[in-house]
Amino acid sequence: MSDKDKQKQDRRNFLKNGLLLSAGVLGGVGISEKLMASATVSEKVKVLTTDGKLIEVDKSSIYNTPACTPVPKGEDARKGIPGRKFVMVIDLAKCANARKCIEGCQEGHNLAPNQEWMSVNSLKDNQYAEPYWFPKPCYHCDNPSCVKVCPVGATFKRTDGVVLVDVDRCIGCKFCISACPYSARIFNWGPRDVYEANSPDYSPETSVPGQEGTVGKCDFCPDRSREGKLPYCVISCPMGAIYFGDAHEDAITNGEETVRLAETIENKAGYQYMRNLGTRPSVYYLPPVNKSFPYERGLENLNEEQKARYEEVLNIENKQNGN
Amino acid sequence: METKKSTDLFLRLRPHMEKPSKDWYVLFLTCALLLSWGFYAFYRQFTDGHGITGMRDNVVWGVYIVNFIYLLGLSYAGALISAIFHLARIEWGKPFIRILELFSFICLIIGPIYILLCIGKLDRLLYLFMYPRLQSPITWDIIAIMTDLVFCTVYLYMTFIKDIAKMSIASETMNMSNWRKKLYKIMAFGFTGTKQQISYLDKAMDIMASIIIPTVIVAYSLLAWLFGMNLRPGWNSTIFAPYFVLTAAFSGVALLIILLWISRNLFKIKDIFTDKYFYILGYGLLLLSFIFGYFTFSEYITTWYNTQHATSTLLDKVQDFDQYGYMYLATWIFATALPIIFIGFPWFRKPKTIVFTAVFVLLALYMNRYLIMVPVLETPYLTIVNPDPAYYNYIPTWVEYALSAAGIAAAVMLFMLLTKFVPILPLEEMKEGKRKIKIFGITLETHEK
Repeated sequence: MSDKDKQKQDRRNFLKNGLLLSAGVLGGVGISEKLMASATVSEKVKVLTTDGKLIEVDKSSIYNTPACTPVPKGEDARKGIPGRKFVMVIDLAKCANARKCIEGCQEGHNLAPNQEWMSVNSLKDNQYAEPYWFPKPCYHCDNPSCVKVCPVGATFKRTDGVVLVDVDRCIGCKFCISACPYSARIFNWGPRDVYEANSPDYSPETSVPGQEGTVGKCDFCPDRSREGKLPYCVISCPMGAIYFGDAHEDAITNGEETVRLAETIENKAGYQYMRNLGTRPSVYYLPPVNKSFPYERGLENLNEEQKARYEEVLNIENKQNGN
Repeated sequence: METKKSTDLFLRLRPHMEKPSKDWYVLFLTCALLLSWGFYAFYRQFTDGHGITGMRDNVVWGVYIVNFIYLLGLSYAGALISAIFHLARIEWGKPFIRILELFSFICLIIGPIYILLCIGKLDRLLYLFMYPRLQSPITWDIIAIMTDLVFCTVYLYMTFIKDIAKMSIASETMNMSNWRKKLYKIMAFGFTGTKQQISYLDKAMDIMASIIIPTVIVAYSLLAWLFGMNLRPGWNSTIFAPYFVLTAAFSGVALLIILLWISRNLFKIKDIFTDKYFYILGYGLLLLSFIFGYFTFSEYITTWYNTQHATSTLLDKVQDFDQYGYMYLATWIFATALPIIFIGFPWFRKPKTIVFTAVFVLLALYMNRYLIMVPVLETPYLTIVNPDPAYYNYIPTWVEYALSAAGIAAAVMLFMLLTKFVPILPLEEMKEGKRKIKIFGITLETHEK
């Protein structure tokens, strides 16, 4: 089999595999491996498609995804994963500011404590409303302000909806940071041991290793999606507040439950933050109704400095709300 | 008579061009020291990373970008005013055209260095040309600045030619090193002052001046749009481009007044830069201060009257006396009240008070740029929650101070060197008294004073 054919085959298999996962029939991450173990050539297996049809596929066509989709590097990383449109849904009712998403992301991407690709803000909508915690990754906008302003094409939008940074290309002009209305981007201000310029292991999908003097941000972990794994923040969240999935499949999961995207947004009044800016984010929020935890719970495990800052933020918001 | 006066002037300026005074060397050395401090700061920033400046994830550009905008503003203003004066054949303005051109050129060289200081990976600058993206305002700006640099250099050179040709002859009998004499010869470009040469040069200068006017307006508007195109409260404003151009002209006139004062005392040419110059330029400054006040008021009133959360938070920050309130107030007083008090009313109107006002106007316009940049960057839509307190407020460190001081020092040094190389007054240009000129095909006769 030529390389090209193999790639084609791989892609098809990958799609099928994704279908299986999202349909919720198989569920869980390790399931494809289990199937792989028991796979024989002629055996057929029944799966449920997104539109609710039961179909039969060749069991041999299901096999371990990592092997077939290596993380692309350089120019190849600019092409999206075919047929995908990644989305994230964050259920604000479930967030208790445990900061595990931040820590998980920092560990996964070798970030320092003050480098937050994911941050948790505190918002208060009006004078009667209780304040709530507001996790904020990069929104991977469909009309990204950051991509527009990049002078060298170091940041780009892919067909799968992900906005990535190629730090081998980035000149560090910081214009994208100032252009992003959601403050999703950070700059690597000084040298760190984990940084390495022009590393052969680097891929814009893994974003590791970083480089001093360049820009970093949440990458939606497409390298993990290739392996059939969920982003670091999703698996780190103890409350299951963060759902990740594919808009084409209409399915999102927080690792425990898998739900339909459109239905969830429709029934739970999902919204995009500051959609009036016209950036068309790929991250949706479910409003903080019937919260699982009181707001104060989120202040418990913070140090004094963080607590003081959140109080300051709350003051500013109270002022905006006129009380 | 005119020729005699000119020769006389040259004889007065000659000693400085041959052997400057002791003070000249002292000042030059002081500036050189400041410059080396700047080089050390740059070395530290280059090796230790941008973290040693006060810049952080929200205020990604601090004093550097303010310096950049400020210097480019001065540069564009210098070129703009000089081109307008040249095209409009304003004879009385001729003596200070050289000063305008000089500071325009110097600022245009030093200004862009500050944008380079904002760049994290200086070794990748070539990527701007290898992978250019035309949709990025930075690319627009690079094109604009480079175009402007070329045009300004050419124009500056054209205004130099007559005097350099004169210098190449005069230098024969002057006490100076041989390389300088040679350089004059090369730079004179074979200009000997024949009728045809003068006619060609005048035509070329007319063309260049008429190109420069739109170029600098476009270039500075593009710079304004670098910020205006951002989705940020306080930046995303339609008034930005005209506002920037106007503030540039305002600061340019202020700097011109100050430099006139300095050179008239330094070169003892009080009879050339008479008090009248200060009054006329003072009225210009006053007029520009009115327009500046009008633009600034219009910008703030519209954001203040119907406030969105983001803009009201920004305005609160700017007007809060614990944060930027004093700076904001000082900007208003220095840039609008002082010109009215000291120039608008006849009681205090003296060359000295006009210069004094111009100094404060320059200061106010720097603060105006600072208020446009820093508080806006400190007030994103989502309030900053980073655990590191250094991220909330921008405080420049010694690195930024050193490099800012070095920039001023470099500008002063360049000015000192250039005024040693060519006379501070366009002597040949001033010599030409009555002559016929053509503007838009209409022949005019300029008048001698």
